[in-house]
Amino acid sequence: MNRLTEFMLPPAKSTTAGEVDALFHFINVTSIILLAGITFTIIYFAWKYRRRSEDDVTPVITHNSKLEITWSVIPLILVMIVFGWGLSGYMNLTTAPDDAYEVRVVAKSWLWEFHYQNGHVSVNELHVPVDRPVKLVMSSDDVIHSFFVPDYRIKRDVLPNRYTSVWFEAIETGESIIHCTEYCGRAHSDMNATVFVHTQEDFETWLESADAIDEDMPPAERGEALVTRSGCMACHSTDGSRMVGPTFQGLWMAERTMEDGEVVTADENYIRESILEPNARINEGYDPVMPSYQGTLSDRQIDDIIEYIKTLD
Amino acid sequence: MSTPEASTTKKVQVRRYKPEENPKEHYLNAEKGVWAWMTTIDHKKIGLLYLGSITFFFFVGGMLALLLRTELLTPAQSFIDADVYNQVFTLHGAIMIFFFLVPSVPAALGNFILPLQLGAKDVAFPRLNLASFYIYTIGTIFTLIAIFTGGIDTGWTFYTPYSTQTGTNVLLMTFGIFILGFSSILTGVNFIVTIHKLRAPGLTWNKLPLNVWALYATSIIQVLATPVLAITLLLLVMERALGIGVFDPSIGGDPVLFQHFFWFYSHPAVYIMIVPGFGVISEVISTFSRKVIFGYWAIALSSLAIAFIGFLVWGHHMFVAGQSSLASMVFSFLTFLVGIPTGIKIFNWLATMYKGSIDMKAPMLYAMVFLFLFTIGGFTGIMLGSLAVDIHLHDTYYVVAHFHYVMMGGMVMALLAGLHYWWPKMFGKMYSEFFARISCVIIFIGFNLAFLPQFVMGSQGMPRRYFNYIDQYQAFHQLSTIGAYIMAVGFVIMAGYMIHSLLRGKPASANPWGSRAMEWQTSSPAPHHNFEHIPVIINGPYDYHKPMSEFQLGIAHSTNGHQSFEKVDVNVKSAEEKA
Ligand code: HEC
Ligand SMILES: [Cu+2]
Ligand SMILES: [Cu+2]
Repeated sequence: MNRLTEFMLPPAKSTTAGEVDALFHFINVTSIILLAGITFTIIYFAWKYRRRSEDDVTPVITHNSKLEITWSVIPLILVMIVFGWGLSGYMNLTTAPDDAYEVRVVAKSWLWEFHYQNGHVSVNELHVPVDRPVKLVMSSDDVIHSFFVPDYRIKRDVLPNRYTSVWFEAIETGESIIHCTEYCGRAHSDMNATVFVHTQEDFETWLESADAIDEDMPPAERGEALVTRSGCMACHSTDGSRMVGPTFQGLWMAERTMEDGEVVTADENYIRESILEPNARINEGYDPVMPSYQGTLSDRQIDDIIEYIKTLD
Repeated sequence: MSTPEASTTKKVQVRRYKPEENPKEHYLNAEKGVWAWMTTIDHKKIGLLYLGSITFFFFVGGMLALLLRTELLTPAQSFIDADVYNQVFTLHGAIMIFFFLVPSVPAALGNFILPLQLGAKDVAFPRLNLASFYIYTIGTIFTLIAIFTGGIDTGWTFYTPYSTQTGTNVLLMTFGIFILGFSSILTGVNFIVTIHKLRAPGLTWNKLPLNVWALYATSIIQVLATPVLAITLLLLVMERALGIGVFDPSIGGDPVLFQHFFWFYSHPAVYIMIVPGFGVISEVISTFSRKVIFGYWAIALSSLAIAFIGFLVWGHHMFVAGQSSLASMVFSFLTFLVGIPTGIKIFNWLATMYKGSIDMKAPMLYAMVFLFLFTIGGFTGIMLGSLAVDIHLHDTYYVVAHFHYVMMGGMVMALLAGLHYWWPKMFGKMYSEFFARISCVIIFIGFNLAFLPQFVMGSQGMPRRYFNYIDQYQAFHQLSTIGAYIMAVGFVIMAGYMIHSLLRGKPASANPWGSRAMEWQTSSPAPHHNFEHIPVIINGPYDYHKPMSEFQLGIAHSTNGHQSFEKVDVNVKSAEEKA
């Protein structure tokens, strides 16, 4: 039975996962025992009391109070155990410790932004220290999304009109996947991200160097790194294929037709506007779904991205 | 318990009416032609019209499911793109829920069987009944137009603000479902009145077939819950069409409010879908065990209990949606309470089989499959009702598997049990027992292969409504797809022997199963007005220890030249006292 539970659940990598798993295990085992009993009874009765002749006479058994009370009370006790156990686990999962490290999470269709206390922003990558409670304060820029890390057994909807929060404490370094679990449209199933769990020192170094890594590179390479890091690749390709958004290949100085028929040349100003105010002008045949990067990407970074796009022809 | 009380009892002269075998005239040939069918107010024909419609929608929904499963064979896109996929799963859900499951047992089987089980000539309002069918039809037309003019991609739950923002045809679709709701409400009202007012002489509340109790509980839910869905959809339409902010935060609404409204209907709707199934199962198990049902009142009242508590558990769909911990606690607690009456029913059915004379004919086989699959659905429901575990499992394939075990493993199996059980009464023909069992076994295997793997991948973290998925789940998805195909084979076989039965089936006798229930005490197919006499009831519908002759009593209509044997004098509670 332990094997079954291990097979069914992903590895437990947070302090709270163990309790959830234990309850999962308990319900599974109890259910399997009861199900086996019921199934056996069905098969046994169907065979033992099979019809032998058309004139079979059956006894008149209309009820049996003792039996009925038994099979009402025992399940009642079982479900009350499950209820109490589930409630206590839920309380642990919803009350974050006071000393938790806070990260702001912004969900947009279809990417995750993580804002750290020093102002750094990472897209589709959440970096956290190990053995330290982390509290995520989340909101959405558009529709409802849901933040789910299977390895931590945590999930919380991310709403457009209020903050919700979720917390966890990772118990080992490594990576875990984040899924969006509230249906949010076309690229819902691509709205994944990764949690990177570092040791405390590594985390601090990452946090300090995160913005500086690009300094020595040529601008176009910096731009490439930014495009990857900012989640643009969820909607744009660099090989000419059409995704949710138009491809970057051959974009530079190309003629683009807008929804209202206007034809524009993709120069610096157009690309800059496309990134900061994507819905100001919409490409013909595309949906207005690109999130705004106002406040996420600096002017310098946008310059780098433009340099990068120039190289894609 | 027909203990006569002096003040409310009168003596009636009854005699035995043996049902006529292979009648020349029956309801199917009483009126002829398409027009007669379209304007019929015979509840049996209206039942068949619904049966035809739900079969059609089950076929459409099933094909959509196969499309989805085929696409999911590979982790990335294989033959349809994400937009089409999202539309297809939305339609699969919406069609199966609103056009197939909700009307399946109540409107299709219920319409056919309820008046027969009450010994009535028809439902209380036959014209309203026909109107309900046309309202249903109009609703489906709106929906079909919506599908062909842009489709919808919101999921059958229409969650805001996505549903107020997406470019697809949400307005028409919700309007179609809005209309459909009225059909449901009117059928519910009709059934409630029929059960109160049209019971045959002697059919007191404690002799009602359990199927009637189940339909009664269902009707109450239909009447009370469906208006909330109507209001919700209307608000959604107002928001989209007029820009009044109700649910969309960008114009001042609250998206979680929509979820509350939606589930306030949709959780009880789960019971609209499953409670009538319970009724069918009670009938089938008693008939094929040839034994009095165990715990009559426990089964009857647990249906009502489920119907009422079912109104108070909607929040269990929103444990991670940002409702307060206190609310979650209460909803979780009440959810577990619903589990108890459900468990009681299962034990009662098992106890009915104990020392019975069990005949594993196709309907009984389906009832056994129901017991097994529905029990799994119930246990996994307990898993999901438990707060801490639900946080992990919510919106994963575990939920998908759970509700397919309840809806398909429970309701559809009950529907099939009922269809095979009442088929001879509907068409006067028998089907091939051999092929019926074969297809039942194939469907059973296919079903488990399709949905057991979903429990596992859901627990491992595979979210639902995913077009692309990560490679580690591929094996489970492939097993699931193979299972879906096997199930499809089972249904194709079923279509085959059912059609064969209609065209060339052996004629059915009036009571092929040796049941004591009233619908079997009239010829097959049933006469135009159900009974050639006014049936009089002195025994419960499951009293297998009483001779068959006591179940065939009645009073003559004015002109009736049927064979008569004994004359019996019985005390029957007067008709005035019943209502
Ligand atoms: C959620 C999907 C999505 C993401 C993420 C996204 N975009 Fe877009 N983008 C679109 C869509 C759709 C369009 C076309 C509609 C429009 O004009 O707004 C578009 C248009 C553009 C255009 C104009 C292209 C043209 O051919 O006219 C540029 C430039 C652009 N995006 C850059 C970016 C950059 C840089 C990033 C990352 C920082 C990014 N996008 C992230 C969806 C996205
Ligand atoms: Cu999503
Ligand atoms: Cu529910």
